[in-house]
Amino acid sequence: MKVTIDGITVDVEPGTSILNAARQIGGDIVPPAMCYYSKLAGSGGKCRTCLVKVTKGSEKDPRPMPKLVASCRTGVMDGMEVQNITSPEVVEARKGVVEMLLINHPLDCPVCDQAGECHLQDLGFEHGAAKTRYEFDRRTFEKIDIGDKIQLHMTRCILCYRCVFTADQITNTRLHGILNRGDHSEISTYISKAVDNDFSGNVIDVCPVGALTDKTFRFKNRVWFTKPVEAHRDCDKCCGKVTLWYKGEDVIRVTGRKDVYGEVEEFICNTCRFDKKKTADWVIEGPRKVSHQSVISANHYEFTPLPVVKTNPVLQAANKDQFERETRL
Amino acid sequence: MLRVDEAQEPVEFSPALISKFDEIVSRYPQGKQKSGLLPILHLVQAEFGWVSAPAMDKVAEYLSILPIEVYEVATFYTMYFLRPQGKYVLEVCRTSGCCLVGAEKIMDHIEETLGVKEGEVTPDGLFSWRGVECLAACGFGPVLQIGPEYTFYENLTNESVDKLISDLKAKAKN
Amino acid sequence: MGRKLLLEHINVPGINTFDVYRSKGGYASVEKALKTMSPEAIVEEVKKSGLRGRGGAGFPTGMKWSFLAKPEGVARYLVCNGDESEPGTFKDRYLMTYIPHLLIEGMIVSSFALGASTSYIYLRGEMMPQVRILERAIAEAKAKGFLGKNILGTGYDLELYVQPGGGAYICGEETALLESLEGKRGNPRIKPPFPAIAGLYGCPTVVNNVESIAAVVPIINEGGDEYAKIGIGRSTGTKLISAGGNLKKPGVYEIELGVPVEEFIYSDEYCGGIANGKRLKAVVAGGSSVPILPANLILKTINNEARLMSYESLSDGGFVSGTMLGSGGFIAYDEDACIVRNTWNFARFYHHESCGQCSPCREGTGWMEKVLHRLEYGHGKMSDMDLLVDVSKKIEGNTICPLGDAAAWPVASAIRHFRDEFEWHVTNASEATSRNYGIAHYADPLKVVETA
Repeated sequence: MKVTIDGITVDVEPGTSILNAARQIGGDIVPPAMCYYSKLAGSGGKCRTCLVKVTKGSEKDPRPMPKLVASCRTGVMDGMEVQNITSPEVVEARKGVVEMLLINHPLDCPVCDQAGECHLQDLGFEHGAAKTRYEFDRRTFEKIDIGDKIQLHMTRCILCYRCVFTADQITNTRLHGILNRGDHSEISTYISKAVDNDFSGNVIDVCPVGALTDKTFRFKNRVWFTKPVEAHRDCDKCCGKVTLWYKGEDVIRVTGRKDVYGEVEEFICNTCRFDKKKTADWVIEGPRKVSHQSVISANHYEFTPLPVVKTNPVLQAANKDQFERETRL
Repeated sequence: MLRVDEAQEPVEFSPALISKFDEIVSRYPQGKQKSGLLPILHLVQAEFGWVSAPAMDKVAEYLSILPIEVYEVATFYTMYFLRPQGKYVLEVCRTSGCCLVGAEKIMDHIEETLGVKEGEVTPDGLFSWRGVECLAACGFGPVLQIGPEYTFYENLTNESVDKLISDLKAKAKN
Repeated sequence: MGRKLLLEHINVPGINTFDVYRSKGGYASVEKALKTMSPEAIVEEVKKSGLRGRGGAGFPTGMKWSFLAKPEGVARYLVCNGDESEPGTFKDRYLMTYIPHLLIEGMIVSSFALGASTSYIYLRGEMMPQVRILERAIAEAKAKGFLGKNILGTGYDLELYVQPGGGAYICGEETALLESLEGKRGNPRIKPPFPAIAGLYGCPTVVNNVESIAAVVPIINEGGDEYAKIGIGRSTGTKLISAGGNLKKPGVYEIELGVPVEEFIYSDEYCGGIANGKRLKAVVAGGSSVPILPANLILKTINNEARLMSYESLSDGGFVSGTMLGSGGFIAYDEDACIVRNTWNFARFYHHESCGQCSPCREGTGWMEKVLHRLEYGHGKMSDMDLLVDVSKKIEGNTICPLGDAAAWPVASAIRHFRDEFEWHVTNASEATSRNYGIAHYADPLKVVETA
């Protein structure tokens, strides 16, 4: 099936979503995704940051779709034409969504462990306004520990439901869920319970913001001062392939290996994540390649440029600002 | 923040209640017993006056689903009380149509008469009241309903509310 | 006097019992449909009738039925949407309370047409009295052989169940309703797939409003063509209108579509005018989700033609000067009603009822409510109106389900038509807390548009 996104045509398997087709092209035309996670079935459709405009439904039925659609949950049709960053309507809508996501967010990035690898931070940088128009008290929750290793800052949560899907699909049971409704919705266990099972730590990796953080790493360091190194070990529970985050000689954090879209390649177990924090526990593979978009790359680690398609003059014009910014960096 | 820290009284479901559950679950195809969750929670609330965490755990056990699935549902819908309420909960419609014909005055009157704020229980444990969204009786407003039968009282006036409250007090005595 | 197809016998004593209902010609459509018609022929009749969904969206019912997937060996479901919660709408409650067998008769015929052997009537949880009424009526119908195994000896089996919800407006959205019926949170599903392909328990499902299902009965009795003769243009048949607010005679009226709005408000056959001798200021014509119109625009279209109670005439003028028939929840506001307070009331409703699944609706409805609350209580700013319009635009069309649009439209339209009243709330803040803006120019005759 052929689908054209922002003027670039790609061949994809039937059943592929627009977002995944865009990811096959790569580069700036990939819509951001806060709630979709390719390894979690049923995720996506909720945050609305990946909205795109379908200007031609398919070869058979060329009518455009009446509304913007969530690209993560809309399948491609043969001959479909999609506009993402080339559509002012999409850019405007995305700005609106980012504003909505931020009005109740505490913006406590300076004290948040997720800062530097936070998708909401990236999104705000890209699409956010300089000032807020929201003049009311922000929604707040008390932070709670769910288990002795994971802390939940509900105030920062954007309700992507990823951690709920993770518990359903990766771990053997689910103790937390979305309670209440509307803007009172929250992640909670309702009755005080510790979320504790072999794979519970993965909720930290899937969380796009700093709502679920690793207590063993809490306030240890800013991520951009740490050195990511790829390593593995023989693990009887998981694949054992991880990223170690070093501060000097010490491993201060262990995470799954995340790809350019922030998704882990494979889920890891809690033993690897929380209990193996000595270099001797691991076989080191080499330095982690870090996306040049990440602030972590500001620390001059080796980086690979994205396979950005920068030959299209229309795209170049549409992304002038961004290109200039990247050139400066 | 929605979190139950204190221990709540354990509950037992009577065989009569369980047989009502069985009848409800029989309405759905094999393996889709979870569909019975909403009606079953209504029955639990009718029996105990509210839906406690231990009661929800029991329901989860009965339906062979996770407790969190019950909590998620019970907290989503507005009709389930997660805290003990008065014996009679006066739920007054507070949406546009009823407000045009004086629902707000009725709520003020109820607050004054009962002497408790929205969501609180009177000292005798008989009454609590709250404003709820549209009850689909806009032509007969102001309206209020009282569970667990959800009997309707339409075209309310201060006098009819007074009478209703004194009738309920008398009913509770007998 | 318009024809009554649904409420003809509403005043007959005992019409809520099987015997009386049957003696008035009830269940004739079941006999006709099951004994003499094929399911396809029934769908064809409903298509011919031009019946449009009575729940709000106005999608042709026959077409919806024809989309139903029919894979071999997979159950199909008909679910009746009785989650009537749209502010201003109370026709379904009325119909089910007084003439429950009409709904059951419609359910039997419709289920037969769709090939469903189990059907559910989903009622909002607050309608417990109606749950009891319907369950009693179902038991009666079953005892007389109209439900259960081998109905009327035709070999068709149907079980009908009533399911109460738990109190959530969002469950009126069909996929949220199905989620709720499956015992989950009422979060609308992301479409596609549509329920016609994968609905209840993943099986093909049709979800129809109570009134749509009831309307199938006269369509089968009289034929689709006859039904289509009633009404005007593509608005065929009769419609139940729930009239509320400051009217002399509020209540449920069955009208032939095409009655002029002015006649509906002022004639003695219908609402009998505005209560207490006051003047009409504004109207919400189809439930809280549709744009509110000032008196002059609801009585006349922008081209100075009389506005009619029909899908087309009410939406004449689009969002600029029109509204929608929606679910037929007709709320009239008199000269003393405060539009700002009412808009805040609606915004509070949508804030309260947002499911919280997708971000624009979850955050935006709360934001709008807070700004409107500030305006109503005298702390507003002149920039608030533009802010509200902008926020409503950011919600509209960007959400999973239509609740976002429904929350945005009343706010945007109130500001469009009543902006000076909003501004007065800012400039005369202290006065605004003690008195109303009044009718102002909202009932003045429209300026006739010069045609070149």
